[in-house]
Amino acid sequence: MSGTIWLPIRILLLILQSVWLALGQIWSNKIRSALTTIGIIIGVASVTAVIAALSGLKASVLTEFESIGTTTIFAGPDLPREGKFRNLPWHKIQFEKKDLENLLENCPSLEVYTPATWRSTSVRYGEQTVENMLIRGINNSWHKIENRSVIDGRPFSIIDEEQGWQVCLITEEVKKELKLDKDCVGQEIQIDGRSFRIVGVVEERISAFDMGRSKAEVYIPYETEWKLWRNHPVILAKAKKPEVAEEAREELRFYLRKCKGLKPGDPDLFRIETVEQVLRQFEKVSIIITTIATGVVGISLLVGGVGIMNIMLVSVSERTREIGLRKAVGAKPSAILLQFLVEAVILCFFGGLLGVLGGQGMTSALARIPNAHLDKAYIPMWAIGLAFGFSALVGIIFGMFPAAKAASLDPIEALRHE
Amino acid sequence: MLIELKDVRKIYKVGVERIQALDGVSLEVRENEYLAVMGSSGSGKSTLMNILGCLDRCTSGQYLLGGHDTTRLGSSRLAQIRNEQIGFVFQSFELLPRTSALKNVELPLLYSRKQGWWNRRKLANASLERVGLAGRIRHRPNQLSGGEKQRVAIARALVGGPSLLLADEPTGNLDTKTSEDILALFDRLHEEGQTIIMVTHEEDIARHAHRVIRMRDGKIISDEKQTGRKPA
Ligand SMILES: Nc1ncnc2c1ncn2[C@@H]1O[C@H](COP(=O)(O)OP(=O)(O)O)[C@@H](O)[C@H]1O
Ligand SMILES: [Mg+2]
Repeated sequence: MSGTIWLPIRILLLILQSVWLALGQIWSNKIRSALTTIGIIIGVASVTAVIAALSGLKASVLTEFESIGTTTIFAGPDLPREGKFRNLPWHKIQFEKKDLENLLENCPSLEVYTPATWRSTSVRYGEQTVENMLIRGINNSWHKIENRSVIDGRPFSIIDEEQGWQVCLITEEVKKELKLDKDCVGQEIQIDGRSFRIVGVVEERISAFDMGRSKAEVYIPYETEWKLWRNHPVILAKAKKPEVAEEAREELRFYLRKCKGLKPGDPDLFRIETVEQVLRQFEKVSIIITTIATGVVGISLLVGGVGIMNIMLVSVSERTREIGLRKAVGAKPSAILLQFLVEAVILCFFGGLLGVLGGQGMTSALARIPNAHLDKAYIPMWAIGLAFGFSALVGIIFGMFPAAKAASLDPIEALRHE
Repeated sequence: MLIELKDVRKIYKVGVERIQALDGVSLEVRENEYLAVMGSSGSGKSTLMNILGCLDRCTSGQYLLGGHDTTRLGSSRLAQIRNEQIGFVFQSFELLPRTSALKNVELPLLYSRKQGWWNRRKLANASLERVGLAGRIRHRPNQLSGGEKQRVAIARALVGGPSLLLADEPTGNLDTKTSEDILALFDRLHEEGQTIIMVTHEEDIARHAHRVIRMRDGKIISDEKQTGRKPA
């Protein structure tokens, strides 16, 4: 005799041996094993696909916001949902032009701001008319805030802004829709029947929120918008640094409350949003979706686990004589337990593996859907780890009862089993 | 002394009924004895063998194997004793189906604390050779005759080098000619030093043993040495 083998090595050998036995057992019941794991496969495939889609969407949104910058702040009039101000007429809460004049002095954390408006109206060039063209009233600083520069012609000058000249900037898409000349700077278009001279072309930015199409937009100086149409502004601003974005927001809030003459305890009559906030909201939504998906998957894994348990119980009962014999020749209860547990875990593991492969397939399919912004969809490593971890856990939990049943069989009874 | 049974009783409870399968059995067996246990059906032979083989525990009394008391041992320790010290041969062979003779013989080694996998094949081969089945190692049970199956089972019982070989009606499912072959094998194993305890209810078969005990209603009613042994 070669003496007793060191315990950890013996355990390792026992596990390897159990894996080997389990593989043989699964192989000899191929169809049954495959059917059993379908629940797990579907569960794992769907969760990995959902996680992949969310990760992809998040990646797209993040790139989107990174280009806008996390320093952008938006403020617009907004009615509180309850309280005495709930039914204030709109003209009481909208921002006045004069409110904006001292904005930068009062908000030291802001770098620049612009009053902004948007509305759609008809635009004509020669014979060509486009209804519902988006007209945005802005100041020159808008280029800095949205990080979109003028690629042809010039931006608005101080004179344009102060005098409210009838000048406009357009996007490439406007050229197409109005059938403008290639070199259209200097030409005139009709906005609401008034003549505007094109002074420049603004670079395009395709946003994930526009379903991948570029937008036809016409920009006019805010002052012009005010002079001609008396449209009240909202505020677009940019904080000096991302770190002071929150401070800037507070300064702006304080200032706007002062402008509105609000007393302490009154609710805000406006809403201030930062990109940070929107990101956080997106984060929240994606956590909710992930949680729901996890719940759904939990249920399907549960169903899958019950399937595994069922098949393991069948297996134990079919192999009662074999278990009896193994015990008779010296298998300890723990060895039998391990053998069946390993078999259940391996079944689940196969389910997990096929599930991850299926999820990868679904992810590739999702990524190919045009304009769905899922082209960045990928299964993160942690999700793969999670899928396998959960599969193994399901195997252990649902395999434990059948395995314990096998381990506790009495060898003589088992050998007498028909 | 290899085996010492002291006033061993075994009571089965079936519903409210109590069946006294062993009723105060005391027995001593030395190393290298060849013992036959005889008795009519239901006399408690299998119960006795199961207790001797550590497959079952007695209700009261004491069982010393190799001088060690086994009565209070847990199921893991008993499994280890079965693995290292006992070889059991069953009437119905109990081979794993769809599994080669070699793999069947390797089975006890799978659970051995002492043997690594590197020794398994070698030991199993040697054991199969010992029972005269060197040419059948790749055969599966359904490709073997009854006598060959029982030889595989004997090879499996011997592979761990047990101090005690137990056989409960090993020839019960075999014809006379094949039975003689198996008994010849037992004779040879005994000559090589193996301790054997064998259950049978045929006098012809019991004649191979050196000592015969007879049972009735869970008691040993006679225990005698045999001199006029049938030659192997
Ligand atoms: N598991 C059991 N449950 C109840 N009674 C049993 C059990 N095993 C054996 N017996 C009873 O014990 C007695 C002895 O049985 P056994 O040892 O198998 O006899 P033998 O092998 O001599 O034919 C019989 O009456 C049998 O019915
Ligand atoms: Mg019997």
